[in-house]
Amino acid sequence: MLYFSKIRIISIAIFTIIFVYLTTSNFLKFDDNIIGKKINLGLDLQGGSYLLLEIDNRPVITQKLQNKLSLLRNYFKNEDIKFRNLKIKNNNIISFELGEDFVEKFTSIIEDKNNNINPYYQKFKTHEFIFNVEDNVFNLQYSDYGLVLLKESSLDQALEIVRRRIDEVGTNEPNIVIRGSDRILVELPGLDDPLRIKSLLGKTANLTFRFVVQNDEPSFGSEKLSFIDGTQDDVIVSKRIILSGDNLVDAKPRMDNQTNETVVSFSLDRVGSKKFGKATTTGVGKRLAIVLDGKVISAPVVRDAIIGGSGQISGGFTFQSATDLALLLRSGALPAPLNIIEERTVGPDLGQDSINSGILALVIGFFLVIFFMLYKYKIFGLIANVALIANLFLLVGILTLFEATLTLPGIAGIILTVGMAVDANVLIFERIKEEVKVEKNNIIAFDSGYNRSKTAVMDANITTLISAIILFFLGSGPIKGFSITLGVGIFTTLFSVYFIARLLTALYVIKNKNKESLI
Amino acid sequence: MEIYQINFNKYSKAFNIFSISLVIFSFILLLFKGLNYGVDFKGGTLIELRAIDKQITISQLRQSFLNMNLGDVSVKEFGKNNDFLIKFEKKDNDKSNFIGEIKETLTQSIGSGFNFRKVENVGPKVSAELLRSGIIAIGLSLAAMLLYIWIRFEWQFSLGAILAIFHDVILTLGVFSLFSLEINLSIVAAVLTIVGYSMNDTVVIFDRIRENLNKFSDIKIFDLTNISINETLSRTIITSITTLLALVSIYIFGGEILKGFSLAMILGVIFGTYSSIYIANPILILLNVSQKTISKEDKDKV
Repeated sequence: MLYFSKIRIISIAIFTIIFVYLTTSNFLKFDDNIIGKKINLGLDLQGGSYLLLEIDNRPVITQKLQNKLSLLRNYFKNEDIKFRNLKIKNNNIISFELGEDFVEKFTSIIEDKNNNINPYYQKFKTHEFIFNVEDNVFNLQYSDYGLVLLKESSLDQALEIVRRRIDEVGTNEPNIVIRGSDRILVELPGLDDPLRIKSLLGKTANLTFRFVVQNDEPSFGSEKLSFIDGTQDDVIVSKRIILSGDNLVDAKPRMDNQTNETVVSFSLDRVGSKKFGKATTTGVGKRLAIVLDGKVISAPVVRDAIIGGSGQISGGFTFQSATDLALLLRSGALPAPLNIIEERTVGPDLGQDSINSGILALVIGFFLVIFFMLYKYKIFGLIANVALIANLFLLVGILTLFEATLTLPGIAGIILTVGMAVDANVLIFERIKEEVKVEKNNIIAFDSGYNRSKTAVMDANITTLISAIILFFLGSGPIKGFSITLGVGIFTTLFSVYFIARLLTALYVIKNKNKESLI
Repeated sequence: MEIYQINFNKYSKAFNIFSISLVIFSFILLLFKGLNYGVDFKGGTLIELRAIDKQITISQLRQSFLNMNLGDVSVKEFGKNNDFLIKFEKKDNDKSNFIGEIKETLTQSIGSGFNFRKVENVGPKVSAELLRSGIIAIGLSLAAMLLYIWIRFEWQFSLGAILAIFHDVILTLGVFSLFSLEINLSIVAAVLTIVGYSMNDTVVIFDRIRENLNKFSDIKIFDLTNISINETLSRTIITSITTLLALVSIYIFGGEILKGFSLAMILGVIFGTYSSIYIANPILILLNVSQKTISKEDKDKV
């Protein structure tokens, strides 16, 4: 155990130097930083916001069922199938009753893989819908697979919209990723007040233009809606959509020169221009409601036909609210509402405080351990300390190499590694002490000390590694950072103990092999 | 070097009774007093507020929140520097402008001489999930340790080790319950690290017991554990000291956020060191581990 070939010594030295370089490159600005890598600071250290959004798919499901329902109605009419009570139950089941003679026919159609009512997915051998029939009453609902598909597509869409909205605000290197089947994680480094982003993400931004109906009570095909600012009485608005936000190609806040009011001007795509032109031509004199997420922004009277494919929305905006509305319209509507189910925001000064106190604790803990080891083991304490310092460089170097994220618990993990890393050397030194008592030849004693302590060192480190691995997979955010430093720390500890400390021990023992009471 | 010849097993019975009563006491605490879960596990909102205007007092803050009708609010001083920790228990705070409203109200009532240093808002669904995954993580790590020791040693060792860990975790949680200290995500990390550390301590002694079982064919397990504990005692003490030095440094200098974490770890290291001597080993004696247990294992391996 004490023999090292020249090549091995040189490789250990080179390896260590590389990691010393990697570590120091984090703190010093090398002009020729070949690696160009740096440890990332977690949100808890650099400040920033962490938002977990959950998509509420219920409206999407209802919407899709609504579409499916009209598809079925048309189908029944075209095929002359007699049906009754076609409706949506509990927001998730399409139910209808067929005439006795049609039950079998329809069953065979709905099971046919080529029909467009219940598409058949060959790959997974599964349907979008499952159904049951009882007394000629069909109940159709989404299958698990159908729901997965639906959730996937709405999540993908939502991710895209969220990304666009955040990009429009222009924050620093946002991290936006999908979590699970219905969540989006947004990390915004450096942002200490996420209020604006939260309010932007909290809106579906479903914009529609609909005519106001001159009834007193809402009837079939119309609904009563209130104004966003609550300043005017509720109006009855037709459910028929003239134009939706999908047809918008651009939107900008603007100052209206005539009224001196901030407005949002928009331009429409070709289809939108045509629809809008047609509707406003026939609808001169009527009030056109501009509805955002079920609330009326304004309902101006149409004075002239608008055929140029552009227009403007007024509604008592401030410049800020007009800017936000324009941003929302440009980036598009979310497929479903998003709820913020978890938020963690750390201000930059707290982050800096955490870094400072973390480093202070590290330095003090480090020196306490170093002095204790020197006191306890003298020259071998020095060797253990050299290994410990190398260990720190290796640990930070590896974190740099993988551009890992360092969190406050991560710093705690490093400090803990300092305390626990010396354990391996302690185990070895204590064993050597025992061996020296029975074996007068120093080299043999040291050699067997290293050999016999090996299983204990391994077992002791593997148990800690198991904890670190489990933490890594089940922990979230900052805790993950802790598990990374703890886990990587075990490998660097083993390296520093078995290569660096052992090498130094070997050199020392071989030189002083005839000395008595060496340790 | 020091040669320890302490007769640990002489006090074994007394300490066993002591341990068992502590465990029972902790159990009763956990059952009836319960744990003080933070927003991570209970849901709600936590705000760390720093008053730049030194005039701001707790009662002013309390009064402002009282007027907002926000349900249970706790306000307390936190660290130095006129920092306050404010906790809202209300769970349906997923309105996106909840924090904004609080900020506005505070500005109206106490002026703008404050800022939010930290805001955490955890919905009920997320907190339930975090709690569940925390419990799963601890359970899983116990199972993994059990399995590892079983593979490396024998089932008797495995049982001893797992009971020792169980003891450490329960006692640590018991202390947290007794003093109503907050349980958050970092405490779960601490508990898992305790599991690793306690195991580490136990395994080193087990390793020596196994070695001694092979070495001395005529010594009974009762004396053998004692010899092994003594042989490894200086290592046990030194490692505990260095680990505690690091942890105490985190506790004192690492700032408020790491206080709970480092305290849990400090307790865990103390309990872990104690339990490897007084829980893990008596179980080996109780289960009558002998040279045969080990030789059977060796035969299996051949």
